[in-house]
Amino acid sequence: MAHPKRKTSKTRRDKRRTHYKATVPALGVCSNCGATIRLHRVCQECGHYRGKLAIEKEVTV
Amino acid sequence: MKHKKKFNHLSRTSAHRKAMLANMACSLIMHKRIKTTVAKAKALRMYVEPLINKSKNDSTHSRRMVFRYLQNKEAVTELFRDISEKVANRPGGYTRILKLGNRQGDAAEMCLIELVDYNENMLSAKSGEGEKKRTRRSRRGKKSSKSQAAEQVAETSAENTSAVEDAEVVEDSSSNVQDSNSAPADNDDVKKEE
Repeated sequence: MAHPKRKTSKTRRDKRRTHYKATVPALGVCSNCGATIRLHRVCQECGHYRGKLAIEKEVTV
Repeated sequence: MKHKKKFNHLSRTSAHRKAMLANMACSLIMHKRIKTTVAKAKALRMYVEPLINKSKNDSTHSRRMVFRYLQNKEAVTELFRDISEKVANRPGGYTRILKLGNRQGDAAEMCLIELVDYNENMLSAKSGEGEKKRTRRSRRGKKSSKSQAAEQVAETSAENTSAVEDAEVVEDSSSNVQDSNSAPADNDDVKKEE
């Protein structure tokens, strides 16, 4: 089996990790209640989706 | 290798997957709306929609074909008696997936999958959408006619830089839009100025 000849140096390791980034979620505003929501998802506050009531509060629990 | 294995196996054996989808399909038919993960909902959509399609033709054969997939006679009765009536005028697209956010514990993306014709609130929303589309289309048409005029002016201005100022004036003043529509005439004017 092939083996690494050298230990990966701190620099090489850190350079590799420069591409490990957290992405910012796409956020929008609920057209019904004005709460901040993630796009393409039902509003957690009022249960509206694209300006229309999608789910009543009880069902979401 | 994963070549051409396009559908989601959901980390299950074939039998396990079929049994799970059959159970989920029965639940959806009986309750009209179920909460699950997005991956399972998308798999379920591919599983139930053909069955609902079959329910439009109420015959012993199609009932037996559907029973093969559901293995639940109550669900088959419900599907052929109630759902097929509601769905009769809909040419496919019987289910809707509403994303809810991530589940605590494993952060799996959760959703509701429901039968479109059983959600009264969203049904009224659909009629509104059609009107919106129409208005957008007309607005787009106006914009394109304006932008065409602007382009024609821009073409003339590209040929000689002195006309750029004139073109900008035409674009800014909305009353002169008709003038800009007669672009060939403008072109002649510009050449005379030169």
